[in-house]
Amino acid sequence: MIKDVEKQPETRTKPGGMERYLAAGARAIPPSGIRRFFDLVSASKDSSIISLGVGEPDFVTPWRYRDAAVYSLEKGKTQYTSNAGLPELREAIARYLHDRFGLDYDPGSEMLVTVGGSEAIDLAIRALIEPGDEILIPEPTYLPYNPISTLSGGVPVGIETFAEDQFKLTAENLKAAITPRSKVLVLCYPSNPTGAIMTREDLLPIAKLVEEHDLIVVSDEIYAELTYGPRHVSFASLPGMRDRTIVVSGFSKAFAMTGWRMGYACGHPDLIAAMLKIHQYTVMCAPIMGQVAALEALTNGMEEMHRMIESYNQRRRLVVQGFREIGLDCHEPQGAFYAFPSIRSTGLSSEEFASRLLREAKVAAVPGYVFGKGGEGFIRCSYATSVAQLTEALERIDDFLNKLR
Amino acid sequence: MNELKSKILDLLKEDARLSPATIATMLGAEEAEVSSAIEEMERDHVIVKYAAVVNWSKVDDEKVTALIEVECSPERGRGFESIAERIYLYPEVKSVYLMSGAYDLCVEIDGKNLKEVASFVSNKLSTIESVISTKTFFILKKYKQDGIIFEEFEDDHRLLVSP
Repeated sequence: MIKDVEKQPETRTKPGGMERYLAAGARAIPPSGIRRFFDLVSASKDSSIISLGVGEPDFVTPWRYRDAAVYSLEKGKTQYTSNAGLPELREAIARYLHDRFGLDYDPGSEMLVTVGGSEAIDLAIRALIEPGDEILIPEPTYLPYNPISTLSGGVPVGIETFAEDQFKLTAENLKAAITPRSKVLVLCYPSNPTGAIMTREDLLPIAKLVEEHDLIVVSDEIYAELTYGPRHVSFASLPGMRDRTIVVSGFSKAFAMTGWRMGYACGHPDLIAAMLKIHQYTVMCAPIMGQVAALEALTNGMEEMHRMIESYNQRRRLVVQGFREIGLDCHEPQGAFYAFPSIRSTGLSSEEFASRLLREAKVAAVPGYVFGKGGEGFIRCSYATSVAQLTEALERIDDFLNKLR
Repeated sequence: MNELKSKILDLLKEDARLSPATIATMLGAEEAEVSSAIEEMERDHVIVKYAAVVNWSKVDDEKVTALIEVECSPERGRGFESIAERIYLYPEVKSVYLMSGAYDLCVEIDGKNLKEVASFVSNKLSTIESVISTKTFFILKKYKQDGIIFEEFEDDHRLLVSP
């Protein structure tokens, strides 16, 4: 009898063998480098650590927006919304995009409210990429474009950008990366992690290439409001680019609403319709409470937003100057809330630098290599933290550098 | 008031210990320009004092604070000025405001205990000739003062590292 049990045929549930079930795409994508660094920082459990590794505002969502959501909950607004999002929210987004960035989208057919900008990125890439398609991604960059493309069988092609060019994508570098298989270009400006922006003059030659090579652009403009010199120019606002561009944005950064997961995508009706199909089968709709808060943010909350931006700008100046004073080259970030100083002068790799900085100076900064090509030799430092913490962090980094020398 | 001065005030109101050099960097201005603006505002009593905001409930010493509504008759030619002065010169008086509405002066006063406040009201305040009546309200708990929330719920809840 016992023998029968032992003779049980080998099944897929054999311990340790579960990986065999995984789809090739899921197996292929690497775990996030940021996550690894997060584990390292969390494991130390040291409350004296100052973190410059946080990719979100240090403001709590303004009370006005929160109050609107609380009130709507009290009123029993707890249902699904239409797949594309509350009509009044989409109308408010359309007005906002028109007023702030000169974009005109029909809230009925050209817009979709998503679960964070992240979902919009996922939908856009899934709607566009087929196995073998090449997707061009300027790097260093925010992480998800690459793995999401891989999941669809796409081939991510990183285009290195350089500190000498203020980490802008140049037409020359883009052209060199284009092949007959190129289909999608991702633009993420203002940039996480470099703080780089692209002006109209920078974008026009890119638009020319996009046209020539029949590319489609996924433009992640989540940091659009956070610029400190020239105002953000949406790629979709350039001549001929509207139909070739899916604009992705959301409320997380400028409105300090990260935890609400409120994003949106705008584009040609055919593209949005395809994204909407995936969206309705996967998440159905973005959470209603977040949509209510976002509506309040757009309707009555612009003043709070401007106050937050002013505060980032003050800290940006402080941090950039601080890095330069302690001898780290730092190109001037003109957007987002990150500084991306070079640590090449130390001779350490970014990973080594970041882990020693954490261990020896109790400051957490994200090593640049996790953001792809061109990130090695730099660290990402978020300045969305208090002036007192920033000042203390700069002092600690200075001491650390002096010990290295 | 020019824009630079009002921006300097916004920063100092949040943190009075910021140096002129730091403020200059944060505002993208020259340090000399910031220093002279601050000196000017000190001279003009726009900036009156650099003081700590204290949460006294965390200090062991017993202390009570009361708000007193004071109704009084104004003096010919001087209005409420001289009576306000008679009140604000007492060191235990923390603030005095002239109010619109049902009463005239709002007086904030600190005392070691209830008795001390009561004695101030009956012996000093009420005996002033033009004071008609007073109503005393004791502050039980301070939640927010000068824009600063005393509760600790606004701690940083963010993940230490995020994309």
